[in-house]
Amino acid sequence: MTQPLAIEATGLVKTFGETRAVDGVDLAVPQGVVYGVLGPNGAGKSTTIRMLATLTRPDGGSARVLGHDVVREADAVRARVSLTGQGASLDEELTGRENLVLLARLLGYGRAASRERADELLDAFELADAGGKQVQHYSGGMRRRLDIAASLVVTPDLLFLDEPTTGLDPRSRNQVWDIVRALVAAGTTILLCTQYLDEADQLAARIAVIDRGSVIAEGTPTELKASVGQGALHVRVADAGRREEAAALLAPALDVPVASVVRESDPAALSVPVADPDRAADAVAALSRAGIGLADFSLGRPSLDEVFLALTGRPAEPAADDADDDPTTPTLQEQAA
Amino acid sequence: MTADRLNAALSSGARPERPGAVAAALTFGWRGMLKIKHVPEQLLDVTITPVLFLLMFTYLFGGAVAGSTDEYLQFLLPGVLVQAVLFTTVYSGVSLNTDVTKGVVDRFRSLPIPRAAPLIGAILGDTVRYAVASTIVVVLGIVLGFDVGGGVLGVLGAVLLVVGFAFGLSWVFTTVGLLMRAPNAVMNTGFMALFPLVFLSNVFVQPSTLPSALEWFVDVNPISHLTTAVRGLMAGAAETGDVLLVLAEAAALVAIFLPLTVRLYRSR
Repeated sequence: MTQPLAIEATGLVKTFGETRAVDGVDLAVPQGVVYGVLGPNGAGKSTTIRMLATLTRPDGGSARVLGHDVVREADAVRARVSLTGQGASLDEELTGRENLVLLARLLGYGRAASRERADELLDAFELADAGGKQVQHYSGGMRRRLDIAASLVVTPDLLFLDEPTTGLDPRSRNQVWDIVRALVAAGTTILLCTQYLDEADQLAARIAVIDRGSVIAEGTPTELKASVGQGALHVRVADAGRREEAAALLAPALDVPVASVVRESDPAALSVPVADPDRAADAVAALSRAGIGLADFSLGRPSLDEVFLALTGRPAEPAADDADDDPTTPTLQEQAA
Repeated sequence: MTADRLNAALSSGARPERPGAVAAALTFGWRGMLKIKHVPEQLLDVTITPVLFLLMFTYLFGGAVAGSTDEYLQFLLPGVLVQAVLFTTVYSGVSLNTDVTKGVVDRFRSLPIPRAAPLIGAILGDTVRYAVASTIVVVLGIVLGFDVGGGVLGVLGAVLLVVGFAFGLSWVFTTVGLLMRAPNAVMNTGFMALFPLVFLSNVFVQPSTLPSALEWFVDVNPISHLTTAVRGLMAGAAETGDVLLVLAEAAALVAIFLPLTVRLYRSR
């Protein structure tokens, strides 16, 4: 790659009291792509993004965004990036249109030009009808779209998107994905933080997996998935009493150790890692030959939990760990929890 | 979602010239006006509290404290003006804290604008509330029979002085607003600090009637200095020294708490 990097971070550290929320993050994000930062709640994603967007000062390490140092040249960075944070960074008491006009004015648009720009964005984000309503009456999806629109009043060279689809219904999520695709097609680089492997897989050209404040894996989605296998075969037997029998049959059929079979909390459910999807059909057939009835079966993509299991040998931390991610935004954590 | 419109909107997002510090601050002041337009209820506190104080104190205590309600009103009105406007300053801290906890501050902080602009703009917007509170107190006072010895100029001077001092005091509460975790905590802390300071001044009683230790405190309390100057201006008999002292105290508040607020705001 001959182009300069959009983001170049070396050994970023941020501590909150005793907690090292970010503990030596290195990132090299090329220009013009969606770059995924994948990790569970509390892994340090938001804090990393806040340091890169100049909102939080790093305690150690350094980062250059679009060629500018995030500490010494913070203003130059701010002039070229936008941030759509985890919760909506909007004034809830103002209308959608007023929020956009306010930002346009602050970015240097004149009175009439601000209103024009606000209407253009409302139109593009299918919010024209809601433009005169106060943001506090918006649905989650509308709020998120407005929040992204607010980041695009001036088209940024780099957009930070922090968990843009958390808490959204599937339709709103697809709309956000469409926006991300349109943005990157128009030449904006996007740093996308997410806790959904699926989302990173769909959108990102490269992914960094982050856990406990540092990057534990990096690569294209294909490389990453190859490192954790193709996913898992999920099976629910009709008779919970025969689950162990099914486990004993599935492991050899899929050529994996019996110990790798996961007993789900549902007493009839099992999941078995699948290295080679071609063998999954044979494995299911083996069950029916043995007369074990199935209530349900599916071949799933690896979940974030499986990625973590494969990379760290332990499941992803539960959401409660979020408290140490970023103490400055308590309301957002409440939402996530 | 139509890709065409989205692309059109993206391609027309060229960056205009950055606004200056003053333009940015005025834009934040405009935001304050919009909030009053959408939530006019927020002015209820500002308008009803001083009316209640003025009526209650005049008619409940007037006879007991000053011999007659008319005489007490003459003493009390400038004090209620001070009290009404100073109580309003707590809201500067409350609304800043609300911005922080709601996350909108992150948006402002990620913009390439002077860092103090949102703070100065918000307080400029708050001066509208001070003006509303002042107008209500003065008009009601005149209706009840307050005699304005200083005339229109005296009243204007008094209101300006109170608003000027309030501008200084609101920086104390923006500092508090950035240190506390929730808007309610800011409100409680603010009123817990202001209530005794306002009552332990010469707003409601003559300090000479107090025990000596208390009288000493009342004499050094800047709220007493403000009240004395405002009484003077409204009566048309202000001492220049009194007014200058208040201005110096307001300037000192700004000099200490404005940089402190900006520092806290930056380092969040």
